[in-house]
Amino acid sequence: MFVALRDLRFARGRFLLMSAVIVLITYLVVFLSSLTQGLADDSTSAVTGLPADHLAFTEQADAAPAGPGGGPTFTGSQVTSDQWTAWSDVDGVTAAEPLGVATTRATSDATTAGVTAFGVRPGSALVPADADHDDPGSAVEPGAVVLSAGAADALGAGVGDALAAGTLDLAVSAVLDSDAAYAHTPVVWTSLDDWQALGAHTAPGADAGTVATVVALRTDGTSDSALADADRAIGTTTESLADSRSAISSYSSEHGSLLLMVAFLLGISALVVGAFFSVWTVSRRGDVAVLKALGASTRYLLGDAIGQALVILLIGVGVGTFLGAATAVLLSPVVPVAVSAATLLVPAAALIVLGVVGAALAIVQITRVDPHAALSAR
Amino acid sequence: MDLHLDHITLVYPDGDATLTAVDDVSLTVPSGTVTALLGPSGSGKSSLLAVAGGLTRPTAGTVRFGDEPAPVFGTGTAADDATRTRLERIGFVFQQPQLIPSLTALEQLELLGHLGGRRPSAGRERCVALLDEVGLASSMHKRPGQLSGGQRQRVAIARALVGAPDVLLVDEPTSALDHERGAAVVALITGLARDIGAATLLVTHDESTLGDVAARAHLLDGRLTPDVPAVSR
Ligand SMILES: Nc1ncnc2c1ncn2[C@@H]1O[C@H](COP(=O)(O)OP(=O)(O)O)[C@@H](O)[C@H]1O
Ligand SMILES: [Mg+2]
Repeated sequence: MFVALRDLRFARGRFLLMSAVIVLITYLVVFLSSLTQGLADDSTSAVTGLPADHLAFTEQADAAPAGPGGGPTFTGSQVTSDQWTAWSDVDGVTAAEPLGVATTRATSDATTAGVTAFGVRPGSALVPADADHDDPGSAVEPGAVVLSAGAADALGAGVGDALAAGTLDLAVSAVLDSDAAYAHTPVVWTSLDDWQALGAHTAPGADAGTVATVVALRTDGTSDSALADADRAIGTTTESLADSRSAISSYSSEHGSLLLMVAFLLGISALVVGAFFSVWTVSRRGDVAVLKALGASTRYLLGDAIGQALVILLIGVGVGTFLGAATAVLLSPVVPVAVSAATLLVPAAALIVLGVVGAALAIVQITRVDPHAALSAR
Repeated sequence: MDLHLDHITLVYPDGDATLTAVDDVSLTVPSGTVTALLGPSGSGKSSLLAVAGGLTRPTAGTVRFGDEPAPVFGTGTAADDATRTRLERIGFVFQQPQLIPSLTALEQLELLGHLGGRRPSAGRERCVALLDEVGLASSMHKRPGQLSGGQRQRVAIARALVGAPDVLLVDEPTSALDHERGAAVVALITGLARDIGAATLLVTHDESTLGDVAARAHLLDGRLTPDVPAVSR
């Protein structure tokens, strides 16, 4: 990198401009990917955090909109108590718990907020434990409601306060540490009986045997084909917890478009870096011819130029990632952003790799420079 | 080490036809001596220099050094081998100084040490000493943009010699200079080249600057003119 580093210093205006562009693109990519993750968490954390590994949905009810690729949706799924008990008897299933999911409005003395009610059996393990509550499921009983931290915050309610939801009057029996959220609303836990009254039955196509939305399954690593056999027998569709995210309509509509934006930005950055190094390499063809004539191997010159691109990318992406992460952290109280190694390092690494590829495609023109050109006037 | 050009022919593609720039030229430059290559513009001087320095492959003929049986450049020489030979055994002074704009005078010379050749002589001390010899000791840390045309040319001359090459190839060093300065530049090059024992082929179209360079070869339309002896004193 003898020449490359000195070129960086000598043509610092041009390289600063290029680095600034990379900083801005990186900033955007990192912030957007943190936002994507934050919105995904806000839509799905209550589902992905369930102490289960699979969810059994029923076939799509006729009137409900189909999920992406025609998969099951939470809005369209209704399981009966027969289906639930049948799942408890399947070989390899160690626990099967009915779970009702219904987004509704709740009113406290202070305010009204949208929440998602997770209907569970009293004592159910589906309610997440925290430091102060070993067995929070026991706080779920008819007439009582357990709030997530987010719901307590949104409603301004605490233990002992009264809540109205639909036609029900409920008393807050516990407030958990959990930040469980579903479709951008905080989660509350009610008894399955109360949950029936929260509008679950009014879903189109509901029938009298409906007890819940899905059955949460814990399996001992039984094979997918065994689960599929049970699905056929019972009349359900089983998805892994991760795949179940697509059954949440807010997630399936947002996540794909945000990822597409990130992907486009990654593509744009590769093109911009490629275009810059294409112009830069053309402008130094004369120098390259001289260096070749003096005995620099093509491999040395390629390494030198790629190293230069890497320096620019590392600086630009480093600064951009830092600024993007700082912004995301600062905005996290008001914007649903999640900052983690995955939202920072994965896009940063992708930017560097794609940038190097873009630069390399431009820099290969070095191989076609003829050292003979050094003899003719420049 | 003597430079032998044996039956060199170089043909360029020229549209649908071809152009014979060098036509069966044979020439020997003994080590430690300077041979001037003279001829009008377009007679093939630079083309012959390009073949002698491995910048382009001859269409026919070979370039050999000293008693080495294997040619250093021939019709089948691989580009990588030619590059390595240029780095380790050949010094070029081009028609323009052709310095790298981002490097200081000293770095222009030190660069060769970084190109991976076995050139122990290209250490900093030798670079500094050589710049001193061409009168640039006080401008060592200036970039080409801060040097005069004459200073740039002297940096280029020092760069060509820093690796103590076996063969020195110089293309029209005096083309942009008046007679007096041209003669001084030729004297500088020939003096330094004789010191390191390089076989030097020096292209010029101005015989009056040659001073004590006795060996002369004349090119016309790619051929050596027969009336002048092609081998040096
Ligand atoms: N790279 C090239 N491609 C095609 N023709 C060339 C090239 N270089 C030189 N020529 C032609 O070869 C002939 C000799 O050129 P050159 O060796 O540059 O002569 P000189 O250096 O004596 O002026 C000229 O007719 C020139 O036009
Ligand atoms: Mg010429």
